[in-house]
Amino acid sequence: MNFDFFILMKSELSLLLIIFLLLFLKIWDGIKNPITLLHLTNVLLLINFLFGFILNSHGELFNGMFSTNSSLALEKNILNFGVLIISLQSFDWLKTHKHLLEYYVLLLSTLLGMFYMISSGNFLMFYLGLELASIPLAALVNFDLEKRKSSEAAMKMILSSAFASGVMLFGISILYGTTGSLTFSEMPGLITGRTLQLAALIFIFSGFAFKLSAVPFHFWTADVYEGAPVSVTSFLSVISKAAMVFVFISILMPLFVGNLHLFYIILLVTIVLTILIGNLFAIRQSNIKRFLAFSSIAQVGYVLLGLSAGNSMGVSASIYFLIVYLFSNLAAFGVISLVSVHSGKENIDDYKGFYKTNPVLSWAITIALFSLAGIPPTAGFFGKLFLVTAGASKGNFALIAFAALNMVVSLYYYLRIVKAIFVDVNEDPIPKLKGSLSLNLGLLLCFIGIVITGFTSGLYQYIAQAFNF
Amino acid sequence: MIEPLYIALIPLIPIISFLIIALIGRRYFPTWCGFLGTLSLFTSFILSAAVAYRYFFEIGKVEGVYQKIIALKYAWLQFTPDLSIDMGLLLDPISVMMIVIVTFISLMVHVYSLGYMKGDARISTYFSFLSLFTFSMLGLVLASNIFMMYIFWELVGVSSFLLIGYYYDKPSAVAASKKAFIVTRFADLGFLIGILVLSYYTGSLDFGIIIERSTDPAFSGSLAAVSFMGLSALTWGVLLVFIGGAGKSAMFPLHIWLPDAMEGPTPVSALIHAATMVVAGVYIVARLFPVFSLACPGSLDVVAYVGIFSSLFAAIIACTQTDIKRVLAYSTISQIGFMMFALGVSGYGGEQGLGYMGSMFHLFTHSIFKALLFLGAGSVIHYVHSNEMKDMGGLRKLMPITHLTFLLACLAIAGIPPFAGFFSKEEILLAAWNSNKLVYYLAIITATLTAFYMFRLYFSIFWNKTFSPKQLEGHVNGETHKLHEAPGTMLFPLIILGLLSVVAGFVPFGKFVSSDGLALSNELHLSFSVVPVLLAIVGIIMAFSFYQKENAAPKKLATGLKGFYTSAYHKFYIDEVYLFITHKLVFNLIGRPAAWIDKNVVDGSMNGIAALTGSISSLIKGLQSGKLQDYTLYFFSGLIGFVLLIIYLWT
Repeated sequence: MNFDFFILMKSELSLLLIIFLLLFLKIWDGIKNPITLLHLTNVLLLINFLFGFILNSHGELFNGMFSTNSSLALEKNILNFGVLIISLQSFDWLKTHKHLLEYYVLLLSTLLGMFYMISSGNFLMFYLGLELASIPLAALVNFDLEKRKSSEAAMKMILSSAFASGVMLFGISILYGTTGSLTFSEMPGLITGRTLQLAALIFIFSGFAFKLSAVPFHFWTADVYEGAPVSVTSFLSVISKAAMVFVFISILMPLFVGNLHLFYIILLVTIVLTILIGNLFAIRQSNIKRFLAFSSIAQVGYVLLGLSAGNSMGVSASIYFLIVYLFSNLAAFGVISLVSVHSGKENIDDYKGFYKTNPVLSWAITIALFSLAGIPPTAGFFGKLFLVTAGASKGNFALIAFAALNMVVSLYYYLRIVKAIFVDVNEDPIPKLKGSLSLNLGLLLCFIGIVITGFTSGLYQYIAQAFNF
Repeated sequence: MIEPLYIALIPLIPIISFLIIALIGRRYFPTWCGFLGTLSLFTSFILSAAVAYRYFFEIGKVEGVYQKIIALKYAWLQFTPDLSIDMGLLLDPISVMMIVIVTFISLMVHVYSLGYMKGDARISTYFSFLSLFTFSMLGLVLASNIFMMYIFWELVGVSSFLLIGYYYDKPSAVAASKKAFIVTRFADLGFLIGILVLSYYTGSLDFGIIIERSTDPAFSGSLAAVSFMGLSALTWGVLLVFIGGAGKSAMFPLHIWLPDAMEGPTPVSALIHAATMVVAGVYIVARLFPVFSLACPGSLDVVAYVGIFSSLFAAIIACTQTDIKRVLAYSTISQIGFMMFALGVSGYGGEQGLGYMGSMFHLFTHSIFKALLFLGAGSVIHYVHSNEMKDMGGLRKLMPITHLTFLLACLAIAGIPPFAGFFSKEEILLAAWNSNKLVYYLAIITATLTAFYMFRLYFSIFWNKTFSPKQLEGHVNGETHKLHEAPGTMLFPLIILGLLSVVAGFVPFGKFVSSDGLALSNELHLSFSVVPVLLAIVGIIMAFSFYQKENAAPKKLATGLKGFYTSAYHKFYIDEVYLFITHKLVFNLIGRPAAWIDKNVVDGSMNGIAALTGSISSLIKGLQSGKLQDYTLYFFSGLIGFVLLIIYLWT
């Protein structure tokens, strides 16, 4: 072993270091002031994010079990950035929470699991990463310790996860049985297209679809999103999803290389169902977290639409969209988190008259919703545009028309919230809220992200170069 | 090379000033906003003048030909290596000329507004809009990419909309702003389609490449092959672009918005609706002139006839209007018509390009004297608080400086030597004589009418019946206002512009601006000039005899030409035609049936869809039961479904 180990695994090691540091702080119990602790953690996360830009190299470790390169490093750093924003936005919630250090230890463990998943070169490694990413997350969902709903959500999550993992493991074992290998790089050559192998691929696909909450594997999503604390919900809806899409691109898609037609058919069914069901359910939700859960299901449908192109344009469009989605969704969740922590209100009707009392926050969430709905010139518009353009390269214009039609439907329910905020009157509106500096900083970062990614094309070109394979 | 930063600063300073005024200034230092705006425009103007000096005298010329210089280019949205929307700054003789005109007139209007708008409650908003407009206009003229120009083109439209509707509590102002916006929007649609056609066939949005490719015989040969309704695709493209230009430049029949736009504050009319924005249409034709001239010469005939018709048509209407700003508005349409047909009769390169040069020259001089006329009219309106001629008269002694400068401007527009308008108009007339006699004769008639209506305006305001100061005071809503000549901030721009109206014609314009960048001499053919000048003098004498003293002659003439006079007075009923078309034809023939279809078919199906969505939604509501067993069951069924799907597909 030489220094390669430290260089190649530096993202993981850096996270591990922070985890141990936080554990040490917990045991030492020297810093009592939660605010100091939170600031300290945020600084550590910031350093971690900045560190992600340097010393990136490519190579393999442990006989190909672990591999990394610059595009994987970029993906990891996107996740790092999202976690930093979430951490900034959970400030108001955590400063009164007894177990804030545990929260971070669990959160970062999940992230670590995702990193291993992204870098894995072998099914075993991948599965380890997947479980490391799932189990602490269930504990996080339960982090509103005194709420029953939170516990229920955690229970549902862990059981459904276990089921999905079981199905996926079954698929992996069939694949192993028919090919005799677990290494990704050998896989495409060994998959001959026998029905059993294809069934195995479907099993694995369903595990991915479960994590992405694609229909019909999405049922856990709404209940868990509603029950979990807002910060965890935003983590689930953004970071978890993004990590899974990254793995989808780097692991699942190559497995289907020999059977692209099949892959397209499955994706087609999933996309149509996901967009349709996501939209239909989003229309009728009254809880804003549940609403965002379903809207995020629909958004995943669009990501899959981009990926269905199966070319590098689809990949870069998806990654670009994920960054945009990260900014937009986190901005929305930031405002929701502030409202939820300070007033306990989580229903869409509670937001009536929000503009009267909180004009700045109203604009923040409105811009975020505009971006999610894909209204130009916000970044969301370009994100969707690139995805749909990529999807159109398959020449399936019925699908594109379907997607476009559903965008109009989604416009309706996003604007419903905007209407509640700006137009509707309410005798008992949410009082004037004052978020902490950290939370506002998080919102500001998201806002800048929405505007900058919308107005410059540099980011997309950067991604397109990084993922040009 | 000119330092790109300085050029970029020319449009950036106004937008920064807009942001400061709009975001901070309005709330914290409203009284200083005017000075801030003026100061920033002053800086911009100095920079423009410096750039113009550098360009025209030091670096622009390479081997006797003025070059097109791309000072700055940033690819904003890249579609393909060739096709991109850039943010670029293009320097060539006309853009450099335009930035000087825009910043200069805008500066004058800013200074003037300091006095004119004093005491207005929303003065800071007013100045922020002015800054926004100036930014957009500068962006428009400097654009190196036709799509960038389109973006600024729309921004100019928006800021014009905001300024026309500035007095938003006046219903007529609101209606006028809407009318201006909607009419120009229609034209802009043509412009946009034109851009798409041009870019599709030339594969680029860059002005340089569009011109180069469409005039390259090898390339345009293939373009000419693509035809639609007997015209080549390229011709369609430039004609559509011309429609956009005609909308902004208020050419017949898209001129109807300009007279109504006079509802805005008068300095705004001077800036936007006389000197800068309305010439954007001329500017776009000049910008794409090689395409018009070399690739699709037929299109230039359209430009010429639309130009001369608008010119004559508006001049006739101007003779009958009684609102002084409307007279000026129609005169603007008429003069822009001059610029248009000058381009229309011009050829490309060398002596052939005389019309192009004349058009740009007239654009230059017209912006000076027309701004002066509007500002002078503003000064008069400020004084008597009315736009109507009947409320005016004998003001020459009461406002001597306004009177003198207004006279200079009238002489300039009438084309009396040695004032500015004479020189530019001569070039245009000569170009028309050389290429199209019909256009020339119509232009001569228009020029005579111009002299007549301008001096009708002049005599009615400053001579004619004499009001005593007491009587005038009575006009002001019953309140007593102290009568005074306009304040210094308003007189200063009048004096500067008055001086320029005298000397601007002596600029050897052809040396700087020509169709192909080569110098062109501004010769004056004295023998040729005799006829137009004599006719102009005849027009002035007629106006003198009719309006110098109050008499019955104008009435008699009006009764003599009763039908013609009435229809001209009613602007030839063009507004009514539009109303008829929109209200009667469109509403009844298209609107009613469409409404019926909408109500019964579309609404019906939409309601059906909504009901369907609702019922599906409540049907599947049961799926989301909250029970984990159910969820796993669905998961598993989905999985089995997929597996069955592949088995079915695979066997």
